[in-house]
Amino acid sequence: MKTKRAMILVSTDPESIRLGANELLENLKEALDAYGLQDEVDIATLADTERSNILPVVVVYPEATIYGPVKPGDARYLVEEHLYKGRIAEDLLAPPKELTGQIGSLRANKGYNPAEQRIVLERAGRIDPENIEETIASNGYEALGKVLTDMTPEQVIDIVEKSGLQGRGGAGFSAGRKWKFVRAAQGDKKYVICNADESEPGTFKDRIVLEGDPHVILEAMAIAGYAVGADEGYIYIRGEYGLAYRRLQHAIEQAQEFGFLGKNVFGTDFNFHVHLHAGAGAYVCGEETALIESIEGKRGEPRARPPYPVTHGLWKKPTTVNNVETLANIPAIIRNDAEWYRSFGTPSSPGTKVYTIMGNVNFSGVIEVPMGITLREVINIYAKGMKPGSVMKLAQTGGSSGSVIPAALQDVPMDFESFRKAGVSLGSGALLICDQNTCIVDLVKVLLQFFRFESCGKCTPCRIGTQRTYEIVERISQGHGNLEDLDKLADIAAEMERASNCGLGQTAAVPIRDMLKHFRTEVEAHIQTGNCPTGVCEMTRDIELA
Amino acid sequence: MVASPVESEVKEVVQQAIEKHGKSPDALIPVLSEINRALGYVPAEAIREVKRQIHNPAERTFAAESQLYGLVSFYDMLSTQPRGRHVIKFCENAPCHVVGGKAIWDALRETLQLKNGETTPDKKWTLVTTSCIGLCSVGPVLLVDDDMYGNVTVEQIPDILERYE
Ligand SMILES: Cc1cc2nc3c(=O)[nH]c(=O)nc-3n(C[C@H](O)[C@H](O)[C@H](O)COP(=O)(O)O)c2cc1C
Ligand code: SF4
Ligand code: FES
Repeated sequence: MKTKRAMILVSTDPESIRLGANELLENLKEALDAYGLQDEVDIATLADTERSNILPVVVVYPEATIYGPVKPGDARYLVEEHLYKGRIAEDLLAPPKELTGQIGSLRANKGYNPAEQRIVLERAGRIDPENIEETIASNGYEALGKVLTDMTPEQVIDIVEKSGLQGRGGAGFSAGRKWKFVRAAQGDKKYVICNADESEPGTFKDRIVLEGDPHVILEAMAIAGYAVGADEGYIYIRGEYGLAYRRLQHAIEQAQEFGFLGKNVFGTDFNFHVHLHAGAGAYVCGEETALIESIEGKRGEPRARPPYPVTHGLWKKPTTVNNVETLANIPAIIRNDAEWYRSFGTPSSPGTKVYTIMGNVNFSGVIEVPMGITLREVINIYAKGMKPGSVMKLAQTGGSSGSVIPAALQDVPMDFESFRKAGVSLGSGALLICDQNTCIVDLVKVLLQFFRFESCGKCTPCRIGTQRTYEIVERISQGHGNLEDLDKLADIAAEMERASNCGLGQTAAVPIRDMLKHFRTEVEAHIQTGNCPTGVCEMTRDIELA
Repeated sequence: MVASPVESEVKEVVQQAIEKHGKSPDALIPVLSEINRALGYVPAEAIREVKRQIHNPAERTFAAESQLYGLVSFYDMLSTQPRGRHVIKFCENAPCHVVGGKAIWDALRETLQLKNGETTPDKKWTLVTTSCIGLCSVGPVLLVDDDMYGNVTVEQIPDILERYE
């Protein structure tokens, strides 16, 4: 790292930007120039800070003084007091409870919350993501170096498999086994794809990784490339993620300069090139075969499987498709070994999980916690409880393709196995927590609206099923439903689940099934009394189908 | 984008997009995205021009007009229709919905007198719904062009709209 006297970090998560963080950055730079401090003080940005109540946050190192909320107009005062005169800018200090125990470290390894444990987000929010030297100074590319100089591809795959890391993109398939299949597949050319499409409603965990620590993805992809025998990788990034795109682009250039990507990585004979490919807006392109079609310049329609991408992926070559969060675990696993990784989480679902929390709770945002904690713990500890006046009624776990569960299920441990046994899907890890004012019919209607819009239309059960079920639920919400509708919904949902070509059509059935299983009485009340018990649905409207 | 773009401009935009992304199949969508960004949509002239510049069986690079239309119609960020000077995207997914999204949507349609996908007669505004844009922790969420607005309330809508010329 450069030797500078001090460093100013400014939070640039979306909320901070909304509150003027970009202008604040500009003003800070101007103020530094005005005081002739531009060569002594660095400015950098923080991605995720979790301090939603004091945004934008400014942290001044080396002593890690935390200021917030800081308005653009405060910049000059802050620079003058703290950096020019060398004393704390008292008026801007974060409130005392934000400072306790945090001030020296801004959430180092131990998380901000009691049991939080950061592996995936270890660096995000602690370093300047646009400065590769900071990444290196906090263990970046160490695992890649180790792999290339000390390990065989088989050993790498072995550690990843032993770690028990399961895919974090939804399905939970063993990452090590996937790599093994690709390594074993016939072919002179193979590919590594990082799935950074992330368009599952409620999910923004991957964005936090990409914006806060882009190098961890590049490092992991290169490790994957070495393990499976690929010399080329693609990052398929959601078209709307502009900031993440720019940071990745910059990171790729830096990594090439440092010899961590490109030809002869770390001076070995391993070559690895990464392409950054932006999507153009289609939820279904997150599905791995649709994603591959999309890179190939086609409409993102999922392929029929088998054959699977591990043998017939990009340009029909063996390809591993891994989610951002999955990949972000890899370097830490290599550095610390499989046993270490297994010390987090549960025996059948090791490691941590990054969740996004939202809904009628006091804290919305991102947390990383060991696998196996319960939803009740998430709500009470991490989300700081339900909003005043709110009582938990239901939660949706895993984004639109996750499950809708009643409050009664909030004590099921959140790991792949326990959830599977309880008939619940963990999906992408988006936790939408809803209170008594949420109507199940209204919620399911919104979900089906999403699915019917995003269905690619290639296969009938999904194309027609999402449309018909939407219409029925819309009718119920308008007071025109009848009890046979419920059987019809169940039948169509079963057929969508059984016969759809890809996960989109299959999971579109899940909220319907969950609604009928857990909230039947409430739906029946709409039909029988002509009233919405929560008063959300406009029961008296004329039929209006879009 | 009020008037149909002039031919020379289209040619220039397409040329630049292709110089930046290349002519291989995996460049097709990035090229179309680039054109959409520059012109606000992908006009028919641009599709013809892309085909003209890319399709070359001798070099084994292929692009049919029908294929290009197929792409533009499939992806939400691409459009064959000109849009207003400013595009308002409203997130209609569940996380934004349960924290008050519906009231915002009703207010937007009311204020602008638009339905989903429509453009005002003066070509100032286009209103569209969008799927989650990953800002769910500050829902309800609006995007006006590239500006993000979170925790939007009905009262703020006139203020937000007023910022745009
Ligand atoms: C409709 C649909 C959308 C999906 N969207 C994503 C996504 O945005 N990101 C992702 O990583 N996986 C997504 N998946 C899952 C991928 O198909 C695939 O399982 C995943 O990328 C594999 O990576 P992993 O093993 O690391 O989880 C989606 C699946 C379906 C059916
Ligand atoms: S299930 Fe839906 S999204 Fe998937 S291929 Fe069929 S129509 Fe397309
Ligand atoms: S649900 Fe609205 S931004 Fe994610």
